Amino acid sequence: MKKMMPFVITALVLATTAWAGTMSISGAGATFPYPVYAKWANAYAAQTGVQLNYQSIGSGGGIAQIKAKTVDFGASDAPLTKDKLDAFGLVQWPQIMGGVVPVVNVRGIAPNQLKLTPTLLANIFLGKVTRWNDPAIAAANPGLKLPNKGITVVHRADGSGTTWIFTNYLDKISREWHRLVGTAKAVSWPTGVGGKGNEGVSAYVQRIRGSIGYVEFAYALQNRMTTVRLQNRDGRWVTATISSFQAAAANADWAHAPGFYLVLTDQPGEKSWPITGASFILVHTSQKNPAKARAVLSFFNWAFAHGDAMAKGLDYVPIPDNVVRMIKAMWARRIRAGGQSVWAK
Amino acid sequence: MKLSIFRSSRGRGDALFHGAAVGAAALVLILMAGLFVDLVIGSRPSLEKFGLGFLWSAAWNPVTGNFGAASSIYGSLVSTLIALVIAIPLSLLIALFLVEIAHPRLARPVGGAIEILAAIPSIIYGMWGLFVFAPYLADHVQPALQAVFGKVPVARALFSGPPMGIGMLSAGLILALMVLPFTTALMRDVLQLVPRVLKEAAAGMGSTTWEIFRKVMAPYGSRGLVGAGFLGLSRALGETMAVTFVIGNDHRIAASLFASGNTIASTLANEFTEASNPLYLSALIELGLVLLVMTLLFQLAGHLWLGRLEKNTRGGR
Repeated sequence: MKKMMPFVITALVLATTAWAGTMSISGAGATFPYPVYAKWANAYAAQTGVQLNYQSIGSGGGIAQIKAKTVDFGASDAPLTKDKLDAFGLVQWPQIMGGVVPVVNVRGIAPNQLKLTPTLLANIFLGKVTRWNDPAIAAANPGLKLPNKGITVVHRADGSGTTWIFTNYLDKISREWHRLVGTAKAVSWPTGVGGKGNEGVSAYVQRIRGSIGYVEFAYALQNRMTTVRLQNRDGRWVTATISSFQAAAANADWAHAPGFYLVLTDQPGEKSWPITGASFILVHTSQKNPAKARAVLSFFNWAFAHGDAMAKGLDYVPIPDNVVRMIKAMWARRIRAGGQSVWAK
Repeated sequence: MKLSIFRSSRGRGDALFHGAAVGAAALVLILMAGLFVDLVIGSRPSLEKFGLGFLWSAAWNPVTGNFGAASSIYGSLVSTLIALVIAIPLSLLIALFLVEIAHPRLARPVGGAIEILAAIPSIIYGMWGLFVFAPYLADHVQPALQAVFGKVPVARALFSGPPMGIGMLSAGLILALMVLPFTTALMRDVLQLVPRVLKEAAAGMGSTTWEIFRKVMAPYGSRGLVGAGFLGLSRALGETMAVTFVIGNDHRIAASLFASGNTIASTLANEFTEASNPLYLSALIELGLVLLVMTLLFQLAGHLWLGRLEKNTRGGR
């Protein structure tokens, strides 16, 4: 054993120097974008040798950790308001998008066959419309045979960004929802059962006849669930596709959103999917280590430039180019180390 | 001379052992106290805002910041009750079978199988419960229960509502399955400790297996049997993942066992990660405090009961 000690020590020293030699950046937060961040990190490490360690602990945890400066960046599914950003000395930008899609399990109804107006969707989740053959549903779906079956609402049981986006939409379009329920990652649901995670909701929806729930777009697509068509702000009927999510983001008024605080639900544009959401990255405006700060921004810059195909492969929606330009301008303007701008490109 | 050295080194070893044992035991107490103090500190905002009313308020609204523990406490108690009502008699029967009835060649593999059940991680029970057990329950068991009890006044309310396969009953059944191996293994060990002489004497007087159990084994092992029950209770009360999968996760107190509900543990598992608002977080921590106090109270009640049992059996002898 004694003879081995020098070897052990040399090995340890080598290991630590090797570790210190490669740059590694760390982040924590939202679970929703985790698969695409992991995929990007993998490809980025192969190209540049820079390691990214992302812990998907939830948006709340991500915000707490970036505030405590235990990570280089935080990630959240819900944006922080300008006031909060300034109070914590943070900036944020949207990095990737997704959307929420209502899914149903009703005998005889195929994907994208059922059409729901905003009011109908709100009234179903408020527990006011309780049967599938309700005259209001029939009026929006002439020619569709609707069964005389009770509606079971399925919602998320865990706090989640998906619920935040979904309730934010209902809050915008229904005064009653705003008064009775509101917007949050977990709300006091007027009706229904709760599943844990997208997989819990989808299992319940596939299990319970006559149910309606909401899941991430990618999840609905990969599990071939029965999605519905929604009526957007312009009054058009739209289906959930990558292009309808991008339409919502492209038509959104980012230029007049202080601190990129913009929720992509109920955006104008005839092709816009009404329940779209972005996932945000948070970093400190004043950075101690300029090299580290540059490494973080370089990663996200690389993701904007080369990550679109990978994101689409996982059914995520890339940020439109006009928004990416605004984000990079913000980096150059706001993120500083020792009074110097970190991002000069 | 040599002797004294030997003694002193022995004394030192003893002192070391003594110190280590006391330290290890004290560690448990310190951890327990630290946990309690930490939970109280963490739940202060919620304690101050809601006071004792937290315990019987059924509200749970993260948007308006109005929280109450009633639905979670109710769900924890009811699901645990269902689990114990099923698991305790069943594990007693299995233990008796293993000790008294089964041939050792059969008892060993059955006992082994039960120990393997105890080693299955709870998430597996949860997934199995959601994807296999719940559909079966919804298609076969729940409609049958409704058909049988549909006209019985009180039972009808217990089994009302659409049979979804998820809800309080499913959670209780899964819990029963998870508690079963623990209580069975303990009860088997307790029953094996009953001296052969006593059993043979009873058999010699013409007692049947049932009578031997009733009059000899049960009184002899009463302490251990009740202890096994309480261990099962603590396990059911704190079980998290499996329950979260099948209980339906709704902050509501419903009369029907088919309806969805929640438990303290499932609420924590569901909502802790995304509870960013301080009051919300402290309400969740207070739920943890409530669970800790509930477990302590049950342990206390168990000890009191055991004490009385012991007195009675001694008086009887």
